[in-house]
Amino acid sequence: METVLEARKLTIGYRQGHHREKCVQRELDFSLEAGSLVCLLGPNGAGKSTLLRTLSGMQPTLSGELFMQGRSLSAYSERERSRSIGLVLTDKIFAGGLRVRELVALGRHPYVGFFGRLSEEDHRIVEEAIHQTGIEAKADSYMAELSDGERQKVMIAKALAQQCPLILLDEPTAYLDVTSRIEIMHLLHRLARQGKSILLSTHDIEQALLLSDRLWLLSRSLGMLCGVTEDLVLQGQMSRFFGRGGVTFDVRDGAFRLENASLRPLKVEAPAEMMRWVQNALMRSGFRAVSTETEPTSDLFLRVVSPTDMELNCAGKRITVGSFADLIDRLKLYVHA
Amino acid sequence: MKPVRPDTYRRLILLTGLGIVVLFLANLFWGSVSIPFSEVCRILTGGEPEKATWGYIVLQSRLPQAVTALFTGASLAVAGLMLQTVFNNPLAGPSILGINTGASLGVAVVMLFLGGTIGGSMVGFSISGYLSIVLGAFLGASVVLGIIIFFSTLVRSNVMLLIIGLMVGYLASSLISLLTFFSSSEGVFSYVVWGLGDFSGVALSQLPFYCVVLSLGLLIALLLIKPMNALLLGERYARNLGVRVGRVRVWMFVSTGILTATTTAFCGPISFIGLAVPHMARLMIGSSNHTGLLPATLLVGGAVSLLCNLISTLPGTASVIPLNAIMPVLGAPVIIYVIVNQKKIQYFN
Repeated sequence: METVLEARKLTIGYRQGHHREKCVQRELDFSLEAGSLVCLLGPNGAGKSTLLRTLSGMQPTLSGELFMQGRSLSAYSERERSRSIGLVLTDKIFAGGLRVRELVALGRHPYVGFFGRLSEEDHRIVEEAIHQTGIEAKADSYMAELSDGERQKVMIAKALAQQCPLILLDEPTAYLDVTSRIEIMHLLHRLARQGKSILLSTHDIEQALLLSDRLWLLSRSLGMLCGVTEDLVLQGQMSRFFGRGGVTFDVRDGAFRLENASLRPLKVEAPAEMMRWVQNALMRSGFRAVSTETEPTSDLFLRVVSPTDMELNCAGKRITVGSFADLIDRLKLYVHA
Repeated sequence: MKPVRPDTYRRLILLTGLGIVVLFLANLFWGSVSIPFSEVCRILTGGEPEKATWGYIVLQSRLPQAVTALFTGASLAVAGLMLQTVFNNPLAGPSILGINTGASLGVAVVMLFLGGTIGGSMVGFSISGYLSIVLGAFLGASVVLGIIIFFSTLVRSNVMLLIIGLMVGYLASSLISLLTFFSSSEGVFSYVVWGLGDFSGVALSQLPFYCVVLSLGLLIALLLIKPMNALLLGERYARNLGVRVGRVRVWMFVSTGILTATTTAFCGPISFIGLAVPHMARLMIGSSNHTGLLPATLLVGGAVSLLCNLISTLPGTASVIPLNAIMPVLGAPVIIYVIVNQKKIQYFN
């Protein structure tokens, strides 16, 4: 695999004055393969934005070296860099009075001449970027008329028109609704399959786990860990990097939850496809679902046939319940008794 | 609002150009002294007029005044547009940010303080006297610009920056008040007259200098069209597109300084053109793309000030109404309209 970006003993952070440095991450080694979608995950303050700013050349490295397609990034001129790394941010823009096509055309900036006149070829590249991001229907709309999700697609189209092998995105799905978040992530996934290298920071762990080819986990104390999603998850790395104050990563569900030791065991028999939601309701009511074989001592037993047909056995008494609302009320009575 | 198609844009620009020609001629034919139409034609084609004073009025007064109005309006409008872009703030403008007032302070120092010691009044100023006034205005404008730039790095909020601009303007005004308080009544009178705003401040002999300096400022602005578009995306995006943001900003401020200071030095602090005309141009062409917007702003600015000059020397009235009595009447409604409708106007969102 071809490597697009490589870091050797990269230390990132801020220079404060002449001799003082505030170091955020020390001696990182990583590489980004061409045509892959990489998600940068980490708690707030881990240095995700600092890393992205450093990679995009907005912030100097404190020490170590960065290589872009085999050449030291510091040797790149501004114009070369603007042709190598495209950027998508959540910064407020002031381009409400530009049409979508005009904004995407700004991506041709590093290629066109002094007065910004577009050639036939530039126009073709702009139209292709609009097509790739699926915003043809909005191409003549003003930026002000778009939804947040559409705006972000336009910024991605701008980065595509920039024709950079690497696109960096700083929390591109922040502030978006769930549908737009999924659309954007699938769009990025598709672009990676078409050969772009894409690195994004995100707090949307669910989508990151589903779609990224590799994860980069970042934490203040643990540094950086890179790997394929499934390897990291099953090694328990998610809990290591994010776990704090009893919050752990549930490997089975692929989601974070607060570990609660005070939950009482309750034997449950339920269809597999409903199990997750049965557990959910029980957890809120103060119970932990256990399988029928492992916990013989419990005096509580719940048998679920369908969402409208459940049977709660409580100290020999059999109660039929017809909904989860009903079930939760019954459990509440039991807890208070 | 529907986007304006390229041919519609061309038509609008052509129409504005035509408007400028008509207004320019109107400025030559009409004035506080009534001169017959045929006589003005004869004077303009190089003939001898019936009365020698008429020739003097048209060629020595009306012509330079019309050219001055054209250049001043275009310059202030373009300066306003650049300020709105560089601060990403549609309500920025040379007068709101106190840059006009800074230039006025520079002029006040030269006219009241230094001018007092030279002993020359406004009328008696030689070209070097004018140069010192321009230089004073440029220094004053630069100092205020510098203060605004400094605060723009501290204050992220656009409204707060405007308020700081207003405050800096007040501070400069208070210094001006102090200067006028300690000056001779003669100096104060010429300063007050200057402050009313007047396109007749540029004599025919000074006109080439005036036009060349302003053309230089406008040329710099025209060369910045491409990076100004990138700046609409904010600083970080612009840098990622290869724009040297720091350098572009410096050039934008140099151009704004030249345009504002020169016009203010000669014509007085003229309000509202810099603030209102970019909005008129944006509403007219329906775009904030500087490729079309900057030329449109330039032309509309020229047309608006030719109109104002025409109104100020309206026939029938023997005296001339000060420009700063007319500008707000035209400019304020535009700004109020824009603010009231800002939810509907695309470039605000």
